[in-house]
Amino acid sequence: MIGLNHYLIVAGLLFAIGLIGVIRRRNLLMLFFATEIMLNAANVAFAAISHYYNDLSGQMFAFFIVAIAASEVAIGLGLLILLYKKQGTLDLDDLATMKG
Amino acid sequence: MFEQIAFYLFSILTIGLFLVTVFSNNILYAMTSLASGMVLIAGFFFLNGADFLGVVQLIVYVGAVMALYAFGMMFFNVTKTIKENNTSNVTVFVLGVSIALLMVLMFAAPISPEVIFVSAAPEPNATNPEAVGLVLFTKYLVPFEVAAVMLLIAMIGGIILAGKKMDQSLTKTDDENIIQKDIK
Amino acid sequence: MESLVYIALFAPLVSSLFAGLFAMSPRQTFVGVVSSLLLFVSFVSSVLLGYHIATTGANVHVTMMDWISVADLHIPFGFMADQVSVTMMVVVTLVSTVVHIYSIGYMDHDKSFNRFFSYLSAFVFSMLVLVMSDNFAGLFIGWEGVGVCSWLLIGFWYHKPDVSREENPSISPSWAANEAFIMNRIADLGMLVGLFIIFWNTGSLQYDVVFSQIPNLAPAVLTAAAAALFIGAMGKSAQFPLHTWLTDAMEGPTPVSALIHAATMVTAGVFLVIRANPIFSVTPEVSYFIAALGTFVAFFAASMALVNRDLKRIIAFSTLSQLGYMFAAAGLGAYWIALFHLAAHAFFKALLFLGAGNVMHAMHGELDIFKMGGLRKKMGWTYAYMGLASLALAGIPPLAGFFSKDAIIETAFNEGTLILWAMLVITAGMTAFYSFRQVFLTFLGDERYKEFGIHPHEMYGFVLIAMSPLAILAVIAGFFRDWFNSFIIHLLPNYEMSEHTHHLALILGAIVLVVAVSGIVLAYIKYAKGLQRSEKTENGFIYKLLANQYYIPKIYEALITKPYAEISKLMWTKVDIRIVDATVDGIAKTIYKSGDGSRKMQTGNLSNYLNWMAGGALVLLFITVASYVIG
Repeated sequence: MIGLNHYLIVAGLLFAIGLIGVIRRRNLLMLFFATEIMLNAANVAFAAISHYYNDLSGQMFAFFIVAIAASEVAIGLGLLILLYKKQGTLDLDDLATMKG
Repeated sequence: MFEQIAFYLFSILTIGLFLVTVFSNNILYAMTSLASGMVLIAGFFFLNGADFLGVVQLIVYVGAVMALYAFGMMFFNVTKTIKENNTSNVTVFVLGVSIALLMVLMFAAPISPEVIFVSAAPEPNATNPEAVGLVLFTKYLVPFEVAAVMLLIAMIGGIILAGKKMDQSLTKTDDENIIQKDIK
Repeated sequence: MESLVYIALFAPLVSSLFAGLFAMSPRQTFVGVVSSLLLFVSFVSSVLLGYHIATTGANVHVTMMDWISVADLHIPFGFMADQVSVTMMVVVTLVSTVVHIYSIGYMDHDKSFNRFFSYLSAFVFSMLVLVMSDNFAGLFIGWEGVGVCSWLLIGFWYHKPDVSREENPSISPSWAANEAFIMNRIADLGMLVGLFIIFWNTGSLQYDVVFSQIPNLAPAVLTAAAAALFIGAMGKSAQFPLHTWLTDAMEGPTPVSALIHAATMVTAGVFLVIRANPIFSVTPEVSYFIAALGTFVAFFAASMALVNRDLKRIIAFSTLSQLGYMFAAAGLGAYWIALFHLAAHAFFKALLFLGAGNVMHAMHGELDIFKMGGLRKKMGWTYAYMGLASLALAGIPPLAGFFSKDAIIETAFNEGTLILWAMLVITAGMTAFYSFRQVFLTFLGDERYKEFGIHPHEMYGFVLIAMSPLAILAVIAGFFRDWFNSFIIHLLPNYEMSEHTHHLALILGAIVLVVAVSGIVLAYIKYAKGLQRSEKTENGFIYKLLANQYYIPKIYEALITKPYAEISKLMWTKVDIRIVDATVDGIAKTIYKSGDGSRKMQTGNLSNYLNWMAGGALVLLFITVASYVIG
């Protein structure tokens, strides 16, 4: 029988994968992808909890997360395009201009 | 039985696809695997009886977001493989694996139901979309409207940010751009 | 009448603030004039108050405002003018006014002229607060104010460098100022303890409340309080063993010495004993100790004055000696005689000091009487003033000193303390000898100053005129003894000589007179013709002992100052640098190092920051899991 724990573990693993992406990658576009993975992992956890506790609040949160992800992509991609036009690259190592 | 097969299948596939996303050097591969992973995530939602959420996932993520990425990528030079100094594998391994381990540890622990109370129970005889609608437009109406405004703002922002200097080509050199301007 | 109290009290403060406004600007005569005028206003108010109290017999008591009001402690800013305080006020303001006018002449070449007047007036104000307060707390404030002002004034020429003790016994003005301040601080601790004992046992610091509760207090408590208060008085009035600062305080400008000795400082100790007489009169052991110590100091100081060569120091020793007389009288219960001697002494001692100031001014700062002589021809007025003051000091009738000092000696006889009496009589002879030794060496005999190329000149005329009130009072003050007695006994216990003493009064007076006159005659024979120094006497043990002030400053230095300095140095090198500083530096270094170290985190690379964020997330997760596992 598949329980809540199974779903949560999968969600946790997906989140960890997203986090690994965030840590590992230096390309901003790839960072965005990794962020999407993390958001989706959270959504899976919400949906599962919503199901197992018979409470729609989890799904509501998932909806809002989807909405936020959509806005983030819209704005974020706009910014990336602007940045690419300006710098000609999306690599974080090349963008490090604020060394303290 | 069916649920188990579906769960494990989806789990293995999503994890594998997302690993491809994270580790691939080709941005197109990464995006493709991400889109596929999203589709399979929708499968999780269907498994959990969140039909509406699953549909939204398919439409918004797979349809809109990935399409947006695809279009956005037209601005970038995506044909060549990405060359980057990835963070040392030791760091990634230590951080990622230990976080994953800790999370698994946390989620594997038995959950005590009595601490959790239900705040928005679905209507008994309604289908999932009906129940979602009832909750979304009563209890979560204000956040819903705020989210709508936020999306509108994001849309305008995206247009303005990406739409600047649309007349300049990113692939041509500066000289060619100037010549183009002169012709106009 | 209330306004008179305020005027008398605050005119010196206004004067001080006014002069303080010009403290940084160059010498301006009008500052001195305005200050002197304000002091004169204060003097007139005091006299009017005194007249009012003498005619009506009623005290004037004002409460300006509440000062401290915490739990059971209520201390108002209250001032009162009764017989004792008004006597002090008149004496203080009179002497101070004269000193202020005198200072205009004396300090006319000093670049810090204005600052000097500011300090001087503040000194007077502090003393007035001390004498006029209606509670012990106010008295203590004035007490400390006097200490601070004396520190400022003794160290007025702070720029003079330190020299060895052989060259100048008081090393330097700043050294002398610190010595005076620290000695007073030691004694003030005793004073504070006395105040605490009083407050602890009576719950108040108001004089009337405290004194009314005396019958309810245990004898031990009273003895402790009296002893502690007297320790405070010992410091301020420079009684043995806290006396060394007084002669060293001669480093200050001469008007300051006059003020300290005659009006504003050393008399505070005597005043305290007189003011707190209800406490002292019920503690006979402490009182007897006071009398004995006073007598000892009178003799001890006079002996040191016998051989001293420094004009001002001789006068300083004589003050010490006369303070001993006052304490002897107060200790024997003759409070009013002590107060009378205090007032009379103030007049002729101020006159002596101002005269010494004239001489010093004329001799361009030279104070060694062996280098003077024959100044009578150049400085007739000063000679007259100082001769008069010395006669008064020696107790020659009909001058002031005779009446007051004779009364004290008579008291000692009356109490049956014949040892004290004998010592006081001998001291009277010594007093006469050393004061006239000084006068004769300075003004008569051969003109030794010519060897040093000094051209003395008489002081300004207005200064000499300003000194005349003191001279007149030094002559006539004694005649007011009976009147003063009837005036003061409204407040202080009367002291009547017994029938037996009364019969012997004439004989006793004659003995004292004979001793004093013989002292003068001896001085005349020895010094009037000029200075004859004999190597044999000067190398004698006793002479050396006296000239070195019984080696007490050296003993203090060896036993207290040097070990203290050693301990301080040890604490500095071992404790302060190794422990305290090291701790503080260590903390600072840790912060610097951690900052330096963590600065490397600031690469400006977002990816690195994300790694750190992930690390933070890991830590948080770990804490969550760990707390769940443990808890």
